[in-house]
Amino acid sequence: MAEAAPATHAVHHEAPTSFIRKYVFSTDHKVIGIQYYFLALFSVIVGMVLSIFIRFNLVWPGTELPLLETFFPVGAPGGVMTPEFYLSFLTMHGTIMVFFVLTTAPQGGFGNYFLPIQIGADDMAFPILNMLSFWLTLLALMVLMAAFFVTGGPPISGWTAYPPLSALGEIAGPGLGMGQNLWIISIAIFCIAALLGALNFIATTIDLRTKGMTLMRMPLTVWSWFVTAILGLLAFGVLLSAGVLLLMDRMAGSSFFIPGGLVVSDQLIDHKGGSPLLWQHLFWFFGHPEVYIAILPGMGVASQILSTFARKPIFGYKAMVYAMFAIGILGFMVWGHHMFMSGMSPYTAILFATITTAIAVPSAIKTFNWLGTIMGGSIRLTTAMLYALGFVSLFVTGGLGGLFLNQPSTDIFLHDTYFVVGHFHLIMGVAAIFGMFGGSYFWFPKMFGRHLNEFWGKVHFWITFVGVYAIFMPMHFLGMEGQPRRYPELTGFDFLEPLMPLHQFITVAAFITIAAQALFLANLFWSLFRGKKAEMNPWDCTTLEWGIPSPPPHDNFAGKLPVVYRGAYEYSVPGESEDFTMQTAPEKTEG
Amino acid sequence: MLLAITIWIITLISVILFAGRVWWFPESASAHGAQLDIQFVVTLVVTGFIFVLAQVALGYFIVRYRERPGHKATYSHGNDKMEIIWTTATTVLFYAMVLLGFQVWIDMYIQAAPEGALQIEVTGQQFAWNIRYPGPDGQFGATVPELIDDSGGNPLGLDPDDPAGEDDIVIPTMAVPVNRPIELLLRSKDVTHSFSVRELRVKQDTLPGMVIPLRFTATKLGKYEIACAELCGLGHHRMRSFIDVFSEEDYAEWLREQSEF
Amino acid sequence: MATIAPPMPDKRPVPPGGNRENFDPGGSGHDGRSEGRPVPEHRYYTGMMLGLGAILMVFAAFTSALVVRSGISDDWQATTLPGILWANTLVLLVSSFTLEKARRGYGSTGHFQNWWWATTALGAAFLAGQILAWLQLINEGVYVGTNPSSSFFYVLTATHGIHLLGGVVALLYISWKIRWKTSNTSIATILGVTSLYWHFMDGLWVYLFGLLLFWR
Repeated sequence: MAEAAPATHAVHHEAPTSFIRKYVFSTDHKVIGIQYYFLALFSVIVGMVLSIFIRFNLVWPGTELPLLETFFPVGAPGGVMTPEFYLSFLTMHGTIMVFFVLTTAPQGGFGNYFLPIQIGADDMAFPILNMLSFWLTLLALMVLMAAFFVTGGPPISGWTAYPPLSALGEIAGPGLGMGQNLWIISIAIFCIAALLGALNFIATTIDLRTKGMTLMRMPLTVWSWFVTAILGLLAFGVLLSAGVLLLMDRMAGSSFFIPGGLVVSDQLIDHKGGSPLLWQHLFWFFGHPEVYIAILPGMGVASQILSTFARKPIFGYKAMVYAMFAIGILGFMVWGHHMFMSGMSPYTAILFATITTAIAVPSAIKTFNWLGTIMGGSIRLTTAMLYALGFVSLFVTGGLGGLFLNQPSTDIFLHDTYFVVGHFHLIMGVAAIFGMFGGSYFWFPKMFGRHLNEFWGKVHFWITFVGVYAIFMPMHFLGMEGQPRRYPELTGFDFLEPLMPLHQFITVAAFITIAAQALFLANLFWSLFRGKKAEMNPWDCTTLEWGIPSPPPHDNFAGKLPVVYRGAYEYSVPGESEDFTMQTAPEKTEG
Repeated sequence: MLLAITIWIITLISVILFAGRVWWFPESASAHGAQLDIQFVVTLVVTGFIFVLAQVALGYFIVRYRERPGHKATYSHGNDKMEIIWTTATTVLFYAMVLLGFQVWIDMYIQAAPEGALQIEVTGQQFAWNIRYPGPDGQFGATVPELIDDSGGNPLGLDPDDPAGEDDIVIPTMAVPVNRPIELLLRSKDVTHSFSVRELRVKQDTLPGMVIPLRFTATKLGKYEIACAELCGLGHHRMRSFIDVFSEEDYAEWLREQSEF
Repeated sequence: MATIAPPMPDKRPVPPGGNRENFDPGGSGHDGRSEGRPVPEHRYYTGMMLGLGAILMVFAAFTSALVVRSGISDDWQATTLPGILWANTLVLLVSSFTLEKARRGYGSTGHFQNWWWATTALGAAFLAGQILAWLQLINEGVYVGTNPSSSFFYVLTATHGIHLLGGVVALLYISWKIRWKTSNTSIATILGVTSLYWHFMDGLWVYLFGLLLFWR
């Protein structure tokens, strides 16, 4: 049989037999996808635990937590968090969530697993590179975590690491010595991993589509991973450069970001001429596309799920694709809206605000098209569907909050307040996470051959959905009261003290919501072994992954790549016996 | 069904809390503040309208098109006409709103300070504000970073050889006369800070190596808190100072008292 | 058990076209690409182009940083570039030429090995020359932190050097692969992709050299 292999077909590989090659150093995109998924799961747990302490310290400052002292005797003497330790946690929370959860889970996890299958390929274009990008990501995570264990602890400069604070070293504050170095190195490694991953995703989508899988037949999930990968390819290189320059400022005595004449703690700093704004420009040139890197896959997953469980084709498929590209392209031209208050030219602010407003348009198109998709459908409220609908609701709420921040005038008041915190958590945090939860409930049967428990899934959904609104909606009010971000305590300012009840409400809501995530974890691990067995196509879905066994064999299609005859969302086609028509179903020759 | 009701309830509560101004800005105390508040309300109305529309529609569709016997999904790939209509509508609506809002920004940041604006220099440092008044000569004296000595009482590094600096007043709190245009010159000694006063509707990062002007006119007497809005280190939340808005007479009196020290 | 798919004859009926809005008729394949099956070896070119795109972004960021940094500061002192850089540039340009000789000569003239090794040696010589340039600067007392111009000089040359070192290692690796014939991929593709990278690094250096030379 083997000699019949065409020379052009080179992505073949045999199933490895050793445990290490099969599950650890695997080049199988499915195993790598699951590895990414669990890496993100681990990261999100760490990130959540950090946020528990952050919220706790805000509303009950001075409370002794013996447990905290056990682990961090320096950061929490007597079990009470110091302000710098709070800022360390805040920095790590942001960094872990943005890079190791929101960037890895939707793209590295689900994208890795399902992009090749959904386009009818037996693996990624470069399986070894794929493996390498996972292991680099893990290395980056380990380097970041190491910051907890060095003198001074993790950096206190926030996930945006604005210099000069992040560039001056220990003198500017604890954690800004070795902790900050580790942070930069971790991010640099992460950038390389993300670049390799992005390259792989794009090449796979371009070159490995199966016969008949034209671009306009690709599922919207594939489109979203594709666009996300393009953003990643263009954005992470810039962050890498910025990171290198920052590291040079810290270690080699250069002055890219450090201006002259600085006096820190009564000591004159021996640097001159650098520009802190330069870092902000480079960082946000990456940072804004990063927001879309987090949310676009969520949009793709939501589209897929909405169409499937509304039993209806996507409303305006082409508009959805173009909207994603528009968001992606515009995403590279709006970084300055993070910098209205930074001291850059006020004319530039007007330019950036004008372009930013344009992003509202494709976002609105997507929202209306999701509504159009479920309009006239026959909606099955599975857990996955609940999450997709929740995603739409959160996307609308979070997105509209952005319209206050993209206007330089209203931003004067709201900039760096909790309004911003509420806004970005809703849209790039929670909405993206809802996309991932939706994806989890939707694809778990395919990935592991068993269903997640639907009942507990729904319980989980209800608490989470109401919970996130209860946490992040009130943050907008805090912002309107002027509560600044990144304050470890509320004491000290007269105007902050009356806000305590609202903060306490948020904290309680956060604790309940976070506790509810244990339901998901329990469900996940229980279902892995005891869940209801899944059939090949439990959701009556049309895309290619549902035409192969659950879980799929090593090379996905058992040697026979599928042929595609139609678009991805052919539901309720008139005249068909079933309400879904697989992409692989050949056209009937009509008489 | 439950989902629809939940979404509606969340929408309703949000609307009540926003419209009822349960938590709201402090009353504006500056000339541009009123305009800024209006822009916020305009934005709130526009986004609120879309928020309610979208959430209500979402809930309604969930109920109306739920799966039930005898109900079948329609087969449709969309409607280009509707697509064009809502794209155009949102574009026009959002741009009208945003373009209108630029006026406040232009007034505040782009138009030059009027003649006779009172210049005050603000220098951020970890973790305090240094406010400098030029004194009777109206001139700020030169500063030299090498001379900065916090413990020695020269936090800005004033050059003793510069006669313009002899009458400069450097204090930790600020006062301004009411209804007089003010131009702050924002600087930083070490890292990035951000000068913000809620009631005056001002916020501006202070960047080391740069002098950034910030213009406003206080319109209401009172004592307001100055806070740092940009993460600057472990004492970020303690970077507090005050700004007093005095009548012209009280201001003159206050300034005289300060210079006597 | 081989898992390679035999070519799949598509015996299914060709559907009448255009009966689904937005989509072209089934089975027409890859957006106009004539072959129905993917062309997997093409992915190496795609991947390399994308990789070069990413590298380009890294250097674009450095360039914009350089332009901005030189524009705002009053402490910029142009670094006197060591003369050896001219020789290095020449060496690298010649290496592109020898690589092209090797690639085109593969399988036909038999001089492949010689040209390939010449390229590898020239690449190594370039790297050595860059290090000499650094040493010369250090002897003049010009370090990374001396002034922004020298900072950028070291950053740009080092970043480029690391990439070129990767290229040299790749050349060695490929000659080893060809020697032992262990590759599944066609030699033409390997050589094509490698030369793409090498010429890009060559062009990138000429650009960087020009930037360092003229943006003073």
